[in-house]
Amino acid sequence: MISYLEFEKPVAQLEARIAELRSAAEGDDVDITKELERLEVKSADLLASTYSSLTPWQKTQVARHPSRPHFRDFVEHIFDDFIPLGGDRNYGDDEAILGGFARLDGRRVVLIGHEKGNDTESRIRHNFGMGKPEGYRKAIRLMELAGRFGLPVVTLVDTSGAFPGIEAEERGQAEAIARSTEACLALPTPMVATIVGEGGSGGAVALASAERVLMFEHAVYSVISPEGCASILWRTAEKAPDAAEAMRVTAQHLKKLKVIDRIVKEPVGGAHRDPEAASKTLGKAIGQELDALAKMSSDEIRRMREERFLQIGTN
Amino acid sequence: MNWLTRVRNSLPFQSKRETNDNLWVKCPNCQEMLFAKEYEENQQVCMRCDHHGRIGADERLNQLLDMGYDLLEQPEVKEDPLKFKDSKKYTDRLKQARAKNPHRDAFSVGSGQIEGRDAVVGVQDFGFMGGSMGMAVGTAFCAGAERALTRNCAYVVVTAAGGARMQEGILSLMQMPKATVMTRRLHEAGLPYIVVLTDPTTGGVTASYAMLGDIHIAEPGALIGFAGQRVIQDTIREQLPEGFQRAEYLRKHGMVDMVVHRHELRDTLANLLDFLQGEKAA
Repeated sequence: MISYLEFEKPVAQLEARIAELRSAAEGDDVDITKELERLEVKSADLLASTYSSLTPWQKTQVARHPSRPHFRDFVEHIFDDFIPLGGDRNYGDDEAILGGFARLDGRRVVLIGHEKGNDTESRIRHNFGMGKPEGYRKAIRLMELAGRFGLPVVTLVDTSGAFPGIEAEERGQAEAIARSTEACLALPTPMVATIVGEGGSGGAVALASAERVLMFEHAVYSVISPEGCASILWRTAEKAPDAAEAMRVTAQHLKKLKVIDRIVKEPVGGAHRDPEAASKTLGKAIGQELDALAKMSSDEIRRMREERFLQIGTN
Repeated sequence: MNWLTRVRNSLPFQSKRETNDNLWVKCPNCQEMLFAKEYEENQQVCMRCDHHGRIGADERLNQLLDMGYDLLEQPEVKEDPLKFKDSKKYTDRLKQARAKNPHRDAFSVGSGQIEGRDAVVGVQDFGFMGGSMGMAVGTAFCAGAERALTRNCAYVVVTAAGGARMQEGILSLMQMPKATVMTRRLHEAGLPYIVVLTDPTTGGVTASYAMLGDIHIAEPGALIGFAGQRVIQDTIREQLPEGFQRAEYLRKHGMVDMVVHRHELRDTLANLLDFLQGEKAA
């Protein structure tokens, strides 16, 4: 059973009516096939039209949808032979950021990403996808490993932000994020990052400073959460929808600003309605990007990555 | 000259005059009324409690660099790329900030010498929209690094910022990797990159170029951190420890090499440069 978002209510009502009709017609002689068909078409149309014109705030809700596919779903549907690797060799292992070796249609890669979890227990275990310094230091370790052994890096970004806590600060959250960004930029092999859900601030950019940045159609990427921005600039978190609009958090806006390179289509009604189909589309897109980059030398790749960021703000 | 302050404050007819901004300043820490000229001569450090006040870009450059340094022109960037508006238009906020500040934005670069040692110094001014990092700040940071590369000398950056400039949305976030491209180039060229963390340095600035120095110096009492204290408190619902995110606390936790009094900053930098780029004939 899917949980509906506030703006999906009309769709939910229609779908409820269809279900109702279906159960009422069971064992009945009246032929309602036609009516059902009509309603189903109507419902599908409504869903499609709703999702074709989502506001930035509605997209934020879709990006945070509890059933949205996360790292482990993508591993299951896109990659083969995933070998998880853990630990930062300093302090511990952070399960908010996962990583390891994997194959994408035969291509060997190092895969790194945030995992938010999909039920209470796993959400707590993965700290809701909010990485701690040891998580970013694990990412650095894996990127360095990838560089040394000539493997491209694929990252899946999905976090509301790096964890704000006493211990995280004490262990150098800022330094870990800065070094992780630096590790992305230093990588001599191809790197393809995808914002799959939420791309929240420094905690996202630390894994997304790649030469090719993809973004799911309904994902969001921003410098601060709309709630955070609203509470600072409007002095009330209730203005989050306005803040989401003003900050241009959607893939469509960010493509125009050249902050991302490619939008990956989601199934009608969002990735959470068909995680497998969403994953397949994403896998194909990442594969194409990797193949295009595979022809480039280390120097060319690094220069391309550097130029990408140096040019932001100059045009 | 504390006796003067005491005497002045004890005189009843002086009370009306103490609001004169040009003559007196109040220490934000101990609330002591300080004679402005004396406070300035003391490098905006409180004579009573040693609190290090926030200072503008020009004052900082003058304190650190030898006379006759070259002030770089702040690079032009696309203004208000998002057409951002909250309760006020971003362009109006910029106008307002510029009216109160001698510079176009929050990051100024001086190229010259520190006690005879070649150095480029970049300074972030908290007084300009909280020092926040937008495209102008990021681009000016890069221009400073570029100048250090051209001159083949050290880059010293004095940070002060609440974080990224929200009014530039994602483009402000992109300044983090952008600045990091340049710190890497300094590193590869074998040039020293020294960060002086001042009050306050938080958010995206801390999580990029402020934490990538070869040496990290902090001013006493400076607030330095990634997440804001209110955000942390709201998340973990615990009391924050005493001195949390202050310079001395970061020193204890290994994030900065030294906490240096403003009066000693210039000498300290000169000494470090001797080690990092060889001693210059004086």
